[in-house]
Amino acid sequence: MSAPLDLPRWADVGLVPALSVTSAFLVAGLVVIGIGENPLTATRWLLQGSLGSGEGLGFTLFYATNFIFTGLAVAVAYHAGLFNIGGEGQATLAGLGAALVLLNLDFLPGFLLLPLGIIGAAAFGAAWAAIPGYLQAKRGSHIVITTIMFNWLASVLLVYLLVNVLRVPGSMNPETHPFPAGSYIPFMHEAFAWFGIAIPKSQLNLTFVLALLSALGVWLLIYRSRLGYAIRVVGSNPTAAVYAGISPARITVIAMLISGALAGGLAVNELMGYQHRLLLEFTSGYGFVGIAVALMGRAHPAGIILASLLFGILYQGGAELAFEQPAITRDMVVVIGGIIILFAGALDGLFRRVVARLLARPNLARA
Amino acid sequence: MDPSTLVTVFDSALRLSIPLLAACLAGLWSERAGVVDIGLEGKMLVAAFAAAAAAHTTGSAWIGLLAGIGASVMFALIHGFASISQRGNQIVSGVAINMLAAGLTAIVGNAWYGQGGRTPPLEGDERFGNVLFGHSVLVFIALLAVPVTWWVLAKTRFGLRLRAVGENPAAVDTAGISVTGLRYTAVILTGVLCGLAGTYLSTGQSAGFLPNMTAGKGFIALAALIFAKWRAWPALGACFLFGLLDAVAIRLQGIVVPGIGEVPVQAIQALPYLMTVILLAGVIGTAIPPRASGVPYVKER
Repeated sequence: MSAPLDLPRWADVGLVPALSVTSAFLVAGLVVIGIGENPLTATRWLLQGSLGSGEGLGFTLFYATNFIFTGLAVAVAYHAGLFNIGGEGQATLAGLGAALVLLNLDFLPGFLLLPLGIIGAAAFGAAWAAIPGYLQAKRGSHIVITTIMFNWLASVLLVYLLVNVLRVPGSMNPETHPFPAGSYIPFMHEAFAWFGIAIPKSQLNLTFVLALLSALGVWLLIYRSRLGYAIRVVGSNPTAAVYAGISPARITVIAMLISGALAGGLAVNELMGYQHRLLLEFTSGYGFVGIAVALMGRAHPAGIILASLLFGILYQGGAELAFEQPAITRDMVVVIGGIIILFAGALDGLFRRVVARLLARPNLARA
Repeated sequence: MDPSTLVTVFDSALRLSIPLLAACLAGLWSERAGVVDIGLEGKMLVAAFAAAAAAHTTGSAWIGLLAGIGASVMFALIHGFASISQRGNQIVSGVAINMLAAGLTAIVGNAWYGQGGRTPPLEGDERFGNVLFGHSVLVFIALLAVPVTWWVLAKTRFGLRLRAVGENPAAVDTAGISVTGLRYTAVILTGVLCGLAGTYLSTGQSAGFLPNMTAGKGFIALAALIFAKWRAWPALGACFLFGLLDAVAIRLQGIVVPGIGEVPVQAIQALPYLMTVILLAGVIGTAIPPRASGVPYVKER
């Protein structure tokens, strides 16, 4: 997606993202100044709220879990040359899948319910992503437009089902019965308590471990497997892929299946790990921030984990910050996400050219 | 349905289709010139906020309109800079515009007015009042934009060049006409029309700004644009159809239709999205975008 400029690898994976993210924060700082607040104290509250206590750190990692999944989802599709902005919709459907499995199979023991719920989420998310993938591969409809439409379809569908079908009878809240207790993914403080270690309570649950394993899995898939190679070939040169005996249509659908299943991880973390029921708008924009995460992390799992931590800090710290400085609401995270997408994504070429010029100077002097 | 109900439904359909129409024509200008714009939603949102804030401060809806258009054009120029000058990815830039708009309007609104992102309610001259048939002047400007868009694109030299730049920019360049200049002009026009759409939302249709008040209208406009196959008159038809669906959905809320039962409002709300997906899949006709849309122009190629 970026201008092909030859940069040394360290500059490509380190300097360029660092520069664009730093610039993004500078602009965000200007916004804070613009509404009459002090960006330095804001940063202090942000860091203190997200990293300054065990509880805060727990929440930071909980949010980071969501971003790892949505970031990986965008990245896998990106490697196949596809722009999946349907993470929100896919996660919504994944939540529906998990809820349908858990509420209908509530007689099963927990050790079966847990994996089945996760599989349900992944399967529904994958299916919702595969339809746009199939339509692009076989019918030529543009995947960006279709995934946008599928986001809205998913949200309308969830409203309909929660208001008319799945709502607890007699309740005014559009949400389902609580999931069976055996299907709750253990909180991290519970898991640590099994070994006699006490850590502060938070929403952080074992889905975080699943997210890290998924990141490892995506790394193995993309960079170490035959399928991953095929995905990258299709992404960089579909014509060459055909000559190499790879079917771009097939790879498109497979990449979207994997992408959608990963987006489903958001539903697993939010619903099976924390809310323990299906409710409206639980995806709350994580899918879109996932685009920023993937772009910032250069679509590499390690980069995505780092970017997710950053957004986790922003999200948790932002909540604390909104408490201390009410003028700076959590919407600041959306602003920063937007600026990062603009700088690390759309204006990537500009930053690469600046870096290339800076690096070229000493060489000129030597010559 | 008796005639008076029918008139009411058509009237509210027109009202609801106006922001769609302005945004749809906005997208038309941009995409016919080869710049894909999924940031219509974001530009409408900043315009809605800027218009309401300026109208509240100055007491004049017209100054609100200018502010709305100004804010929207600024965002359009960011998109233009990223996608024309920097040859960045136009989809990525559009996503960024939408997020920036959603976040900034909420933050600035909250900081200025402390009402959870809302602007104070607008009254009297701060809003566009009804001038004819119970509709405000913005409605007629938006409707007038349809023949103007058609005429300029189909009948003028500028329109021909603009369409050419969306189909084959190299040919335009060879003829000695600036691709960059034409595309920037188109992007600015997109900003103006999105500004109109947003201003209508906060100062015409409602009395003030609400966070995220566009609620997906920019994307429905995008759907309408595809439905209209990137042409002005069909855009009017598509937007009116989607506005009508919306009006009918509101009308049917909680009403039991004989023989069918209670119609789920969501089913009607889903129709524009569903129809667009089906159309794009080529089941009912085809929708082919301008050939060079989404492709940055590189001179040396």
